[in-house]
Amino acid sequence: MFRFLIGKILYLVPTFLGITIIAFGFVRVLPGDPVLLMAGERGITPERHAELSAQLGFDKPIWAQYLDFLGRLMHGDLGNSLVTKKPVLTEFLALFPATVELGLMAILIATLIGVPVGVLAAIKRGSWFDQISMTGALIGFSMPIFWWGLLLIIFFSGILQWTPVSGRISLLYFFPPVTGFMLIDSLLSGQKGAFVSALSHLILPSVVLATIPLAVIARQTRSAMLEVMGEDYVRTARAKGMPTARVVGVHALRNAMIPVITTIGLQIGVLMAGAILTETIFSWPGIGKWMIDSISRRDYPVVQSGLLLIAALVMVVNLLVDLTYGLINPRIRHK
Amino acid sequence: MTVAPAPEAVVRLSDAAIRRRMLADFWFHFRQNRGAVIGLFVFMLMVLAAVFAPLLAPHDPTQQFRDALLAPPVWQEGGRSGFILGTDAVGRDMLSRLIYGAQYSLFIGVVVVAIALIGGIVIGLLAGFFGGWVDAVIMRVMDVVLAFPSLLLALVLVAVLGPGLTNAMIAIAIVYQPHFARLTRAAVMGEKAREYVTAARMAGAGPLRLMFRTILPNCLAPLIVQATLSFSSAVLDSAALGFLGMGAQPPASEWGTMLAEAREFILRAWWVVTFPGLAILVSVLAINLMGDGLRDALDPKLKRS
Repeated sequence: MFRFLIGKILYLVPTFLGITIIAFGFVRVLPGDPVLLMAGERGITPERHAELSAQLGFDKPIWAQYLDFLGRLMHGDLGNSLVTKKPVLTEFLALFPATVELGLMAILIATLIGVPVGVLAAIKRGSWFDQISMTGALIGFSMPIFWWGLLLIIFFSGILQWTPVSGRISLLYFFPPVTGFMLIDSLLSGQKGAFVSALSHLILPSVVLATIPLAVIARQTRSAMLEVMGEDYVRTARAKGMPTARVVGVHALRNAMIPVITTIGLQIGVLMAGAILTETIFSWPGIGKWMIDSISRRDYPVVQSGLLLIAALVMVVNLLVDLTYGLINPRIRHK
Repeated sequence: MTVAPAPEAVVRLSDAAIRRRMLADFWFHFRQNRGAVIGLFVFMLMVLAAVFAPLLAPHDPTQQFRDALLAPPVWQEGGRSGFILGTDAVGRDMLSRLIYGAQYSLFIGVVVVAIALIGGIVIGLLAGFFGGWVDAVIMRVMDVVLAFPSLLLALVLVAVLGPGLTNAMIAIAIVYQPHFARLTRAAVMGEKAREYVTAARMAGAGPLRLMFRTILPNCLAPLIVQATLSFSSAVLDSAALGFLGMGAQPPASEWGTMLAEAREFILRAWWVVTFPGLAILVSVLAINLMGDGLRDALDPKLKRS
């Protein structure tokens, strides 16, 4: 197991270096002089320009600049935002819990609905439930979620007026962030109605974000279950006279879950892409909206470091998924 | 009494005849998937709408009817017979814009898939055929591209290149291309050791001929399936970029861009939001249905039970 782990981690080093090269190169290939961009509209004198260039290391050869960039990165220095002047890492950490809360809620919804639907569809293969749920899954899989979000807003916020249109919690409530998760913080604050308010803000965005993962998980669970149900050991269990619930619940489900867990883990990339759209629609103050705003404000240090952090995050989660896969499936790690 | 066919009879099948038989065989399998046939039908409608847009659309997609701003669809109170699906905030006919929008989506899908497919095939063939360090380097680069969430990378690429339809297509193609490279590589590695490849090599075929004429045609099935999937993703992602203001720019009647313009009216005029999104959903769904059928018909190994 240890060798498996080390091997996996070593494998990621070149990929991570590649990510840093892309993030570093991205600012270099942008049209325009980065120093002039930083100086803003008013412009600066040539002397000040040279001074700033030297200060930022732009007078050095490109490889030296890259090494500097890597060095700062290793010290956790990701630069400062051009707009707020705050360190990028500080901003990222402040907004990150909002995205995690949204993402976790979404993956929870997707898993809690997707897995049972997939299992049931597989057991009742060919039934109306199977057909309807798989048609639904295909529609969900094809859904432009930015439109789906707008539709839900029209219906639940506009017509029914059940849920708020944007934000994380009503302005009536204020409490200092403890965990950064609004659901937990609102409970901790002890203010009446705060939790309900936080939940009602969270529900629509997380349903929207859950849509595509839900469809993928339901489809994947169904086909994994069908495959396992055809295996010899399931037939043996049935032949022994074991009740169907036990055959499905214990023998089939456990083995079918191996590819499903991988699928769930791999949704992180989908979630991050979805978070950009979902957070934009619902004005959810998370990483996705932060990236979009920074791109349109041309706040390049934020875009550069945000890109790096998100890619690294996806990479680490994928590693964890790989490791879990190794843990639950011994055949992989002993190869 | 049956007569065993003479061996010449088999040999005499021309290439065209073989191709016709393969096509018939393919259609036989494809037809069994009801969803796929519906998908194909809807997709053909979309193609027709795009091709004959100037004939079908009742109005010019950019013409602004100043006396009919945000007119509701014809069946709703206040609707006007000239504007079946209503008009948008500056009085442009929704139906005409939607019909012309099909041109954008199809064009985007075709261009993105073509770039990603060609690039991916060349890269994947190189990696799979030569192996060794060429393979290692190429696959590492592909891993790096795949480490980024596709929409995010496409967004940043567009930020670098400048917002617009062309750049959005290039960005999406770059992001999709590793999938094709990986598939091609895997298929090539599987086929490379087969006897017909060795035979061709013995016969003196050079590496280029081996790669493109001998091996590639036998790797096409998974690539075609991936191409269909990428086509629908390209329609979705380009609409998302349009929605975020990074794709096709107004007044283009690209569906995502239309949604972006309609956003502020969501609580006042449901039709300006509903129809463009419905168009995206229906076309993506049709292409995905078609993709499922293609996969079942082309590659029984991949068949979803």
